Amino acid sequence: MSVIKISVEEAVDWKCLPCNEELVPVTVELAYLDSLFNVELPTCPKCGMVFIPESLATGKMYNVEHMLEDK
Amino acid sequence: MEQAELRELESRCIQDETPQCIAACPLHVDAKTFCALMGQRRVDKAWTILAKTLPLPGVLARICDAPCKEACIRKDAGGAIEMGCLERFCAENAKAVAPPRPLPSRRKRVTVVGAGLTGLCAAWEMTRRGFDVTLYCQSFDCARAALSERGVSAELLDKEIASLVTMGAHLMPDTEISSDLVESLMEDCDAMFIDSDDVSSEVADFGQPDGLTLGTQRAGVFTCRRDESSPVFQAAAGRRAANSIERYTQGVSMVLKRELEGPYKSRLFTSLADVESAPPVSCEAGYSEVEAKNEAKRCIQCECMECVKVCEYLHHFKGYPKVYARQIYNNESIVMGTRQANTMINSCMMCGLCETVCPEDFDMGEVCLQARRTMIEKGTMPQSAHEFALRDMAFANGEKSALARHAPGVQASEYVFFPGCQLTASGPDSVEAAYADLRKRLSDVGLMLRCCGAPAHWAGREALMEEAMGELRETWQGLGSPKIIVACPTCLKTLRAGLPEAEIVSHWSILRALGPAECASKAGGIMAINDPCAARHNAMLQEDVRALLDGVGVEVVEPEFSGDRAKCCGYGGLLSEANPSLAESLAEKRALAAEEDFVTYCVMCRDMIAKTGKKALHLYDLLYPAETRGADRPSPGYSLRRENRARLKERLLTDLWHEEGGSAEPFEAIQVRFSDLAAENMEQRRILVSDVQKVLLHARDTGNMFVNKENGHLLSYVRPVVVTYWVEFEREGEAFLVHNVWSHRMHIMGGRK
Repeated sequence: MSVIKISVEEAVDWKCLPCNEELVPVTVELAYLDSLFNVELPTCPKCGMVFIPESLATGKMYNVEHMLEDK
Repeated sequence: MEQAELRELESRCIQDETPQCIAACPLHVDAKTFCALMGQRRVDKAWTILAKTLPLPGVLARICDAPCKEACIRKDAGGAIEMGCLERFCAENAKAVAPPRPLPSRRKRVTVVGAGLTGLCAAWEMTRRGFDVTLYCQSFDCARAALSERGVSAELLDKEIASLVTMGAHLMPDTEISSDLVESLMEDCDAMFIDSDDVSSEVADFGQPDGLTLGTQRAGVFTCRRDESSPVFQAAAGRRAANSIERYTQGVSMVLKRELEGPYKSRLFTSLADVESAPPVSCEAGYSEVEAKNEAKRCIQCECMECVKVCEYLHHFKGYPKVYARQIYNNESIVMGTRQANTMINSCMMCGLCETVCPEDFDMGEVCLQARRTMIEKGTMPQSAHEFALRDMAFANGEKSALARHAPGVQASEYVFFPGCQLTASGPDSVEAAYADLRKRLSDVGLMLRCCGAPAHWAGREALMEEAMGELRETWQGLGSPKIIVACPTCLKTLRAGLPEAEIVSHWSILRALGPAECASKAGGIMAINDPCAARHNAMLQEDVRALLDGVGVEVVEPEFSGDRAKCCGYGGLLSEANPSLAESLAEKRALAAEEDFVTYCVMCRDMIAKTGKKALHLYDLLYPAETRGADRPSPGYSLRRENRARLKERLLTDLWHEEGGSAEPFEAIQVRFSDLAAENMEQRRILVSDVQKVLLHARDTGNMFVNKENGHLLSYVRPVVVTYWVEFEREGEAFLVHNVWSHRMHIMGGRK
């Protein structure tokens, strides 16, 4: 499955608090209804906590959710 | 939806029915399009409309006696459109068009005898359709006379006769028409038309023809009646004969489905309500271009659109019920691909206004409700459409909010007060005051706090609706099946439908009988009444409310859409959940309906109107006033609505029944305040304080969060059920200050190791 790359400039200001690590782009699986997507998202390289910025949640993700709901 | 249902629905929406003028024209000239084009000074294009439909257009357009005028809807608003004059202007000023190209040859020979208008038109129609036509006549004098009788130059006829020849008809003028000739011609063709205006009965007498087919006693011989003086009806007889000869030569039924061939009355309804009366432009001296344009512009372009005119929802999706029914049918038929009508289906308020104004009682709400039920059944309903509202309904019926008790200190109830979940959410203290008043003035009034189930009904969730109604019934029976006093018009409608065995009375009827409580407002004043859509067919409810307003000295102004024509505020049918921006624009329209402050008896109407910034009161605010409930108070947000319900239950339990409230969840202990941005985003994104508290509790307990290197803000997330909530915050000692919130429904698989 291809990987969707999203530019997430909002992530550069954030780091993982417990691990004190800068976030790095990691391919993460996102699921909604019966669909799976591989998306490259800022992630803590140590604990794997994934960061989803506001612009992504309310923009592209929101649109895809609605598109999938109408499928 | 089955195809038969679709057909039935489509046939009930009359928007696509033929305008009366076109239906009344025996030749069915598209006068509507013609007038639209003439109104735009597109004379050449307008001429193509006439030339397409009229036989011998250069002649007929000049002598048309316009029987459409009798049927013109404009007749009652100044006078019918002067269609005959417009046609004449068009014929004289438009660029000529080539005669129509006939269809491929049918290899059928038809003889026309006689060249009056009818004979020539029959020849024209049949040549056009690919018949091999030969016309025999002594002269064209009969048709020429028809022209000069109407002051039109007879030379024009020659041009159209030339066109007839161009189209392929064979003309045999200067023929002595005799009985023997007619008989011998009959031998030599597949069918014959005799123009009785140009052929004497001594030569050919087949009697009066049949009205429908123009057939005679002689098979294959058709003729016209002798008494027709109108040129358009003569032309129509020519066309009717052509239709019959086509059927005859094809060997199909001569009579089936010919009802709409001649003039008929269309089902199309067109209202003159917003049409200003204007007399026709006089055409005694013929029209100038400007005069013709002005006269054509008087055409009101007949259509129905009664429902679309009054409903922002129907207007928004740019169609009308017939189109929407088809879209819904197609939506249901999709196996793979995008269901494009989902949002349209979920945006109907189901308020019933369309049915009220529709001449055919088409109820779009019912169609959308069925469509939603089918979507639920098939599992194609978008998850996000109604989920928040259904969660709110579950909360209203859950342990935190729902309550059922006999009045304090008694063991039985004659009545039970059912204020509904939105009144308790928006004005809990008014519910408390109303309940106290009922207990004071009626005996043994119990209390039921819960939701009637309307959100499940609107969402198309029949099973959930039945379950909710079942629980409600059980609770009510547990109180001994008392008479139910209902305040909310939607609850009133829902309970009457779902609990037919119960005696249900409106609180407003009771208050009208008892008179307003002593505490009622004495301020009086003038207010605009907003009838909620749920009260549309409840005249008594509307009357009770007006009487109560009169009783407290309020003079009522009736906006245009009142009573059975009440408009929805945007909440009905869960529109505000499925399509918030459309709901907002509805509420704005509602708010603009009157200059005065509004008073209403549905608290959702009150809150939706208040959200637009317009002052609005619920009737309880006048009957049980409190300083905190002025007409300018804002609409409480989603979180506060829940909190209001929960606190009301707690307070009543403590104060009236001296019982302890339920236990609190751990997240409820999280103290939190919000920046303006966070508060605004929570409302818009349907994120509750309790959702935020859950995230903060999780962050506090696990330490899993991100930190912003610039401003030190913290960020954490949690997914309680199907939505993931993100909260950006900072700590304030033990408490939290939330700067922003967002959410998504996609699930992050894997994630933190």
